[in-house]
Amino acid sequence: MDGEVILLDAYASMFGMRLRIALAEKGVKYEYREENLPKKSPFLFQMNPIHKKVPVLIHNGKPICESLIALQYIDEVWHDKNPLLPSDPYKRAQARLWADFVDQKVHTLGRKTWSAKGEEQEAAKKEFIEALKVLEGELGEKPYFGGEEFGYVDVALIPFYSWFHAYETCGNFKIGTQCPKFVAWTKRSMQRESVSKSLADPEKVYDFFLILKKHFGVE
Amino acid sequence: MAEEVKLFRTWSSGYALRIVWALKLKGIEYETIFEDLTNKSPSLLQYNPIHGKVPVLVHDGKPVCESLVILEYVDETWKHNPLLPQDPCEKSMARFWANFGDDKLMKSISQLFIAREKDQDVAAVEALENLKLVEEQLKGKKFFHGETIGYLDLAFGWFADFVSILEEIMSLKLVDGERFPHLSSWIQHFIDAPVIRDCWPPRDKMIIKFQVMREKYLAAATPK
Repeated sequence: MDGEVILLDAYASMFGMRLRIALAEKGVKYEYREENLPKKSPFLFQMNPIHKKVPVLIHNGKPICESLIALQYIDEVWHDKNPLLPSDPYKRAQARLWADFVDQKVHTLGRKTWSAKGEEQEAAKKEFIEALKVLEGELGEKPYFGGEEFGYVDVALIPFYSWFHAYETCGNFKIGTQCPKFVAWTKRSMQRESVSKSLADPEKVYDFFLILKKHFGVE
Repeated sequence: MAEEVKLFRTWSSGYALRIVWALKLKGIEYETIFEDLTNKSPSLLQYNPIHGKVPVLVHDGKPVCESLVILEYVDETWKHNPLLPQDPCEKSMARFWANFGDDKLMKSISQLFIAREKDQDVAAVEALENLKLVEEQLKGKKFFHGETIGYLDLAFGWFADFVSILEEIMSLKLVDGERFPHLSSWIQHFIDAPVIRDCWPPRDKMIIKFQVMREKYLAAATPK
């Protein structure tokens, strides 16, 4: 039995989308609870007192915070269906490193493409594209980062695709034309029901993003 | 065929020490290659082309980077004397606290370390709050996972050494036995543990290194 699974999340959170995809891949039934960001509920503060962030996976009352940690948890508990991490320790290490790369580069730089100004913003846009090109290199001729199968790095990365429209509009640049292989991988990934049902609509992400920008006082 | 294990490291890196301890706990023989980060070897750049950082573990020619990733690799490859708990929830907790140590705790300790005297009280507030959270994790336990040394002890190992170095250089007491009884006790147990104690870098060299580092930061921060 799956037990009681609650996902405390926010619709536009790319980190929350990772867990929605993983739970769908594993066929796990869960209760979805939406946080009304940027306002945070007492329940969120109780479940994640240290970072106070979504997503939080709550399994049988126990909270698991940090999306990549929760992703590995989901993979370990529901290990018999659609494994996300490979079984070979070396390949697992590589997958973990690339997921970390997504957090360090794609997320951080993506954020800078709209939060930074002038020269700093231009540099961030350039480095963001370079990071996607590094990922294209890692993908190579494989259909997915996980090889023949959709895997951990694919789940970690695909949610950022829903934010590209926001990055492009605010940063006034085009991502797809510069990274065609990346675009082909996103189209392939979006054919999976777990992904198409879990990813936020880019227009709705953009609306949320405008609220976020105002909240952080970025013009 | 005997397997070949190499560890690229620097003499002082707390991240590299995690791997030294892990390999020792598992009884794995390996070759050490000390790197000078101002003059990186072609091998290091070949094995870690993206970041060029240490430590890097090379197992039968295959490189693994990032110390926490290496720890899990070591634990999954040589399964005896496990470092991480088996239960997925406990394992997640261990990963969470290791990340906390490397992100929030290390950042707040570093901020305190480079703070000018007039700013130290403010910088100490966040460091102490983070230390209180770690103190909670150690209640009722000798080490983070119980009676024996494991993943989280190795992850926090840098702190066990650095705290006394910081206290000596800055002439202040950060982890006192009254406010942090469990953390103080853990530090004592950890630094003296048989597998751990022979690996510490020379203290006098560490004091000089961090004194120089601190002076550089303070000089850069001083308004002209």
